[in-house]
Amino acid sequence: MVERRPGLNLLTHLILLIGVAIVAFPVYITFVASTHTAQEVVQAPMPLVPGAHLVDNYTTALLGTRTGHGSKAAVGRMMFVSLVSALIIAIGKIAISLLSAFAIVYFRFPLRMLFFWAIFVTLMLPVEVRIAPTYKVVADLGMLNTFAGLTVPLIASATATFLFRQFFLTVPDELVEAARIDGAGPMRFFKDVLLPLSATSVAALFVIQFIYGWNQYLWPLLVTTDESMYPVVIGIKRMIAGGEAQQEWNLVMATAILAMIPPALVVMAMQKWFVKGLVDTEK
Amino acid sequence: MAAISIRNVVKRYGTGAKANQVIHGVSAEIADGEFIVIVGPSGCGKSTLLRMVAGLEEITEGQIAIGPRVVNDVEPADRDIAMVFQNYALYPHMSVFDNMAYGLKIAKVPVAEIKTRVDKAARILELGALLERKPRQLSGGQRQRVAMGRAIVRQPQVFLFDEPLSNLDAKLRAQTRLEIQKLHAELGVTSLFVTHDQVEAMTLAQRMLVMNAGRLEQIGTPEEVYARPASTFVAGFIGSPPMNLLAGRAEGARFHVAGSTLALPAPAPRDGALVLGLRPEHAQWNATGETTWPLQVDVVEMLGAERLVHGRLGELAFTARIDGMLAPPKPGDTVALAPPPAQLHWFEVESQARVPS
Repeated sequence: MVERRPGLNLLTHLILLIGVAIVAFPVYITFVASTHTAQEVVQAPMPLVPGAHLVDNYTTALLGTRTGHGSKAAVGRMMFVSLVSALIIAIGKIAISLLSAFAIVYFRFPLRMLFFWAIFVTLMLPVEVRIAPTYKVVADLGMLNTFAGLTVPLIASATATFLFRQFFLTVPDELVEAARIDGAGPMRFFKDVLLPLSATSVAALFVIQFIYGWNQYLWPLLVTTDESMYPVVIGIKRMIAGGEAQQEWNLVMATAILAMIPPALVVMAMQKWFVKGLVDTEK
Repeated sequence: MAAISIRNVVKRYGTGAKANQVIHGVSAEIADGEFIVIVGPSGCGKSTLLRMVAGLEEITEGQIAIGPRVVNDVEPADRDIAMVFQNYALYPHMSVFDNMAYGLKIAKVPVAEIKTRVDKAARILELGALLERKPRQLSGGQRQRVAMGRAIVRQPQVFLFDEPLSNLDAKLRAQTRLEIQKLHAELGVTSLFVTHDQVEAMTLAQRMLVMNAGRLEQIGTPEEVYARPASTFVAGFIGSPPMNLLAGRAEGARFHVAGSTLALPAPAPRDGALVLGLRPEHAQWNATGETTWPLQVDVVEMLGAERLVHGRLGELAFTARIDGMLAPPKPGDTVALAPPPAQLHWFEVESQARVPS
C-alpha cells in the first residue's frame, strides 16, 4: 500500500520508533552494563552511557579469570560448547529430516504411512514432555556431559521432516521421470536435483534450528554437571550465585551480549536465503 | 534406430474387483525411422501407452519390444529412448548446458564427447547463445527446444514426445511443428508423438494411431484416416469441423432420418439402421438435380477463406463448409446440397464401425 500523506508517514515512523525502543533498549542497557565495573552497575541510577571497562570485562568473562561467587567457567569454552551443539543439532536435524522426507515421499515400502504418522505424532510431544524418560536413556547410555548427550535427543525433528515432505510433494513428477530416463538412481536424483532445489528451505531451517539449538536451556541443564560442558545459556544462569552475595552484573551482562552474537551473525549472514526460503515459490 | 512392437498391451491400475483398466489390449507395429502420432481425446490412454514404452508405467499384460529386445522389465534409462515432456521437466537449478549434459554425465560419457554432442544439438536447435542460462530465464519456446536438445544429445533409438507443443502459443506451435518435422527428416529416429490436437496429428504423422477409451480405433496414414475413417469416433475426431453423422434407416436409395427423407446418389450398402457420414467440405453447395438435400440455415460463421454454415436436415444438425467468396445464405434460408457418392461414409449403429464397401 502506497500512501502519500506526511502526517501518516510521521505516525508510522513514530510507531516504529516506539517498537524499536521497546525491543532495543534492554539490549542497550545490557551492553552499557557490560562496560562498567560491578560497583558502577549497581549504583542508582544506573549509568546510561558506556563505561571504560569494555575490554577488561569481556576478557575476564571469556577467559573465566574472575573472582567472586557463582560459576567461574570460561565463557570462551561455553561459547564453543554452544556453537558445536547448535551446529550438530541444526545440521543433524536437516540431514535426518531430508532423508526421511525423501524416503516417505519417493519410496513405496510397507507401513510407509504408519511411519509418517508416527513421525507426525511426535510433533505434538515437545522435549519437555518426554524429558524424564529421555534423561533416563541418555544417562544409561553414559552420555551425560558429552556432546552426544547434549545433541542427539534434540536432533529427531518432526517439524523439519514435515516441511521437507511438503516441499518434495510440490516437485513435479515429470522431474523425477526425466531423471529416471537420464539414468539417475534415487540417491543421484536426491543429490543432483532435490538437494539443490531444497537449498533455500535448508537455509531457512538452518537458521531456525541453529537458534533453537543455541537457546536450549532445560535439556542442557539436566545433562550437564561438568562446567566444561556448559553451554553459554546455562553458563549465564550458573554465574548468578544464589543468596545475598554480590553479583558481578557487569560480567553477567558481558556474557549475555556474547551469547547473543553468534545467533545474530547467523541470521545476518543467512538473511537473504532465509527470507527466500520462507517466501520462495519458484520451482 | 529401431522398430517398436506393441503386442496386446493392457494396463490396469489396482487389482481384483477394484481394478481400473485404462488400456484394453493395444497392438501396433512401428517401423524403424517412422514418425507415429498417437492421437485421441483426454483420458483415452494415449499418454499411458507412451509412458509404458518409456518404462515409466508398468505393463500389466502384453509385451513391448524396442528393436529385437522385449523391454517390459528394462529400466527407462536402459531402453535407449529419450522423452520430451509436456511441461519440459527441465532441471530448474541447472544451466541449459547442464540440463542437456546431465544424462550423458551419468552415463559416464567423456567430457569432450559431451561437449561435442551438446554443441551439435545446440547448433541444430539454435540454442548456442543460451547455454549458460537457467531455464527460468528462457521463454516457453526456448525451454521446449532445450527439452528437445536433452533428448537429441542422448542419440537414442526412439524419441517419445508427450504433448510437447501444448504449452506453446498457436504461432510458436506451428513453427515448432515444422522444426520437429525437419529434425525427424535430418535424424531419422523412430518417433512416437502423443497429442490431442488433430491438426498436429495430421501434419506430423507418417502414420497415426487414433485411440479412444483405451482402445485403438484406427492405424493409418493421415490420408487413409481422413478418407476412410474406421469408426464414427474417428470420423468425428479427425477433420475440423467434424464429419456430419446422421443416424437413420436406409431403404434402397432413400435414407429416412428424423423429420425428413434424404435421396441418395447411390443405394446404401444395405437396408436397415445405419449412420451416414458426410464431411462439411464435401457437401456441394447450391446444387441442382435429383438428389439434393434441403439444408435449413440457422447460423453462418465467417472464418476468412471459408464460411461454416450450421443448419438442419429435417431435425438433424448439419454443418457445411463453403468458400468465403460465395454469397452467404441468411438464417432461415433453405439451400440445396448435393452429396457426392464417393464421399458418403456408412457406419453400423451398434458397433459404430465402418460398413465395408
